[in-house]
Amino acid sequence: MSDFLMPSLGADMDEATLVEWDVKPGDRIKKGDVIAVVETAKGAIEVEVFEEGVVEELYVPVDTVVPVGQPIARLSGVETGAPEAAPPKPAPTVPEQPKPRAAKPEPPVKAPPTPSPEPEQIWERILATPLARKRARDTGTPLEQVRGSGPRGAILAGDLASRPDVNRPARERPSRTGFDPGEMRKAIAAAMARSKREIPHYYLAESIDMKTATDWLSDYNATRPPEQRLLMSVLVFRAVALAAREFPEMNGFHRDGYFEPSDAVHPGIAINLRGIGLITPALLNADQGSLADLMARLQDLTRRARRGGLRSSEMTNATLTITALGERGVESVYGVIYPPQVAILGFGKVTPKPWAVGDALAVRPVMQATLAADHRVSDGHRGGLFLARIAELLQHPDQLDRTPSVQPRQKETTP
Amino acid sequence: MNRNELRTALIEAIVDIAPDLSPEEVSDDASLRDDYDLDSMDSFNLAAEIHKSLGVNIPEADFAKLQTLGELVTYLEPRLT
Repeated sequence: MSDFLMPSLGADMDEATLVEWDVKPGDRIKKGDVIAVVETAKGAIEVEVFEEGVVEELYVPVDTVVPVGQPIARLSGVETGAPEAAPPKPAPTVPEQPKPRAAKPEPPVKAPPTPSPEPEQIWERILATPLARKRARDTGTPLEQVRGSGPRGAILAGDLASRPDVNRPARERPSRTGFDPGEMRKAIAAAMARSKREIPHYYLAESIDMKTATDWLSDYNATRPPEQRLLMSVLVFRAVALAAREFPEMNGFHRDGYFEPSDAVHPGIAINLRGIGLITPALLNADQGSLADLMARLQDLTRRARRGGLRSSEMTNATLTITALGERGVESVYGVIYPPQVAILGFGKVTPKPWAVGDALAVRPVMQATLAADHRVSDGHRGGLFLARIAELLQHPDQLDRTPSVQPRQKETTP
Repeated sequence: MNRNELRTALIEAIVDIAPDLSPEEVSDDASLRDDYDLDSMDSFNLAAEIHKSLGVNIPEADFAKLQTLGELVTYLEPRLT
């Protein structure tokens, strides 16, 4: 039996509001199940569990602000889970229950189940974000009359924004994504200030000839319908992920004075949230699978980053960060490392440049790659080799396409 | 589907990708990338949506040249079956 704690949701998050429970006492859970949804400045995030067991008790009612590390539920392990202690509370009826009931026999219950009032209250709550609740109170709008556009129909502040409110400065357009730009900016500021305070960054840049990769991509896409095409960023992310396996000092976490390299490669991808801010969820195991598979996963990650539905593992597991500001027109981007990571790669736009080929001059599509890395862990020499390796991998795009069976890993394979 | 219906369908697809835009403000000659901030993933999604809902498979070489709503309408209109 163990307490399940509110997970960390990144270096810049110290609390979150629990807005939904997806399990109830008695439910059997397995690794990877989503048990709750929390709301943060980065939108709604699904909280996963990483063990098997049975939910014994939910400690925290919906709509509570919970600090990271506080117990939110009690789980019992399956192996040790003889129900000799308190039998699981009979579950109150829930209209929509996606999870199967616990497979093990129910402990004998003498009296008819009497659901305790507290959980009952939880299930009947209307899903709404704290800001939406506040706005509903401010404008006198009953939440029952509002149609929610958030995850699982949760009411977001934007759903109430059509009501005029004289006390608020008029905003150009209501946010429909559940993000809080002010809070998000504060969170980014906190993480980046900590990074600049604690991490001795060094910076390197390298120009990469992208002719082979550009030609390969054009050929690949020419014969395929739009939904099966690839973006150049997929090739770049794959090249980074494969290179990161060879440079463990770029891929991992610096915590409490020590560096722990990571076996898995989970690049955090900087995703722009259209005028709201920036989020860097992890593209899990980007070194594995075909390029088509990686493209599908990137598309899914981008969609969930913008519309809600990122998972807690994606918020915390990133082992290095990639920012590709190229299509916004910049030629190079020098990143700030996201603690506790130790490296961030930046990619600028692919642009035609004069390029020496042998002793002649040619015009080639060229991309600037930059690396900001942590001097506590690595030196510029290794950083330069890391960039050179990425450039080299991009000269052989066909070798970036890995079949899913290449180098299977035991840890955290994306389902 | 006439030109106006095509235009409306395209605006719907664009606004779905960029929910902070309102349908009225999408104009024919603004650059989808520079004025409405559609990135390469957004463009990928737009091409896929056009293929799915309008049945037109725009080759990538052509799609790269279509920068505005007006250009998309002009390109797609004669290709609708």
